Amino acid sequence: MTAALELAVARQIGEFNLDVALTVESGMSVLFGPSGAGKSLTLALIAGLIRPDSGTITINGHVVTDCARRTYVSTQKRRIGMVFQDGLLLPHRSVIDNVALAVRQTRGRRARRAVARSWLERVGAEGLADRRPGSLSGGQRQRVALARGLAGDPALVLLDEPLSALDAEVRRELRKLIRGVIISSSVPAVLVTHDAEEAEELGDVIIGYNRGRVTGARVVDRPVCPGPASGAPESTGRA
Amino acid sequence: MEREPEAAPALDKRKKAAVISVVVLVGFGLGFGAAHLVARYIAYWDIVSGPFFLSLRVASAAIVIAGVTGVASGYVLAKGHFPGRDVLETIGSLPIILPPTVVGYYLLEVLSPGTQVGGFLTRVTGHVFVYNASGCIIAAAVAAYPFCLRAARSAIAGVDPALEQAARTMGLPNWRVASQVTLPLARRGIAAGLTIGCARALGEYGATLMIGGDINGRTRTLSLAILDSFTTPERDTMLLILVLMAVIAMTGVGLLGRSRA
Repeated sequence: MTAALELAVARQIGEFNLDVALTVESGMSVLFGPSGAGKSLTLALIAGLIRPDSGTITINGHVVTDCARRTYVSTQKRRIGMVFQDGLLLPHRSVIDNVALAVRQTRGRRARRAVARSWLERVGAEGLADRRPGSLSGGQRQRVALARGLAGDPALVLLDEPLSALDAEVRRELRKLIRGVIISSSVPAVLVTHDAEEAEELGDVIIGYNRGRVTGARVVDRPVCPGPASGAPESTGRA
Repeated sequence: MEREPEAAPALDKRKKAAVISVVVLVGFGLGFGAAHLVARYIAYWDIVSGPFFLSLRVASAAIVIAGVTGVASGYVLAKGHFPGRDVLETIGSLPIILPPTVVGYYLLEVLSPGTQVGGFLTRVTGHVFVYNASGCIIAAAVAAYPFCLRAARSAIAGVDPALEQAARTMGLPNWRVASQVTLPLARRGIAAGLTIGCARALGEYGATLMIGGDINGRTRTLSLAILDSFTTPERDTMLLILVLMAVIAMTGVGLLGRSRA
């Protein structure tokens, strides 16, 4: 089976040195560690927002970064979906247009909006379609951001601390939603968090991070696995 | 489900802006119509209308040229990472720094068919760029360009790069990121630059005089006609028209300011 993500990269930023290797097979993998451990930097490298100094990144069997061969696929062509900490919805566009912009699999405004509307329904945000992001609460924004991250039929979804700016009640509610939607859509996902409870509740595999290194990986024991068709997730981290 | 904040009344704001725009336009039309009637009544309209409409034509063409080139170069300067960016911006801002007659002198040197560059341009395009409306448009565009450039650069540089990155993760190619994210988010700053540039183009005097001359019916813009009128019996008519236009402009600005408050 082709891994959803294979990564072995190094990147120096000032005094901080990131040097990690990990593999994600399916389901939800959580990069867990303290702030400043290099988790979000890893997501930025996967997304192609930052170039590594050395190493390779493979998404769904396609090499998107290979420093030795000077291969570097642009962010736009990596077929990823990304959910940012504060949503980063485009403030000048309506909610449905934000999601429709991410739809890659169909052409034509009407078709894209139809796909966008179905994703908004899946995240329980269908009533927000005509609103502007500025009028949404934090939780509503993250629902829309989740719909946008998944609407483009991505090969991999990256979630960069999507719940860290929300209050406890909304976080609990959105954890269930995120896990349910990601697992039911069968898209492999990598989520970054520094919250142990969140990591346990959301992850199929938890990959530990500290000071720019992978410290270990473990599969979360779930009584009933609602998720990946291929069975137990097989993500690993190599220290 | 989490608490819902009040939805912003975006539609109401748009309606309000549309109503105010219509009021300003109608007010401008009525005011100009009144000025027209007054001027006609005292039989000087023919003297005033030519320069007025030439100025409108010149300013419209100039702001299109300055707007397109200013926004495009502002984008390159804001987003590009290459040595000499500041030098390029300084060169682009020269028409603000230099006296307009000096700008006009340089333009005349460059565009006159008698010079090497001007002769080459004339041969290539088959068109002379001095002492006609084209010269006036070029002078006005050069005067307006730095305002468009600086406003666009500043507004584009002020757009949150994280939003552009988010758009790239959605698969949008760079030209769509620019056209659907960066420029719409920078629109207010760009619009401010275009407005000031348009005003500058409309009021251009020194360079226009140098490159266009002051030929009645060909290159006499409103700015030139205003000065000319002060040495003729039309002085009072011109004063009346200027006062009316100033009142209309101030009313429009006042209404717009109140709508934003």
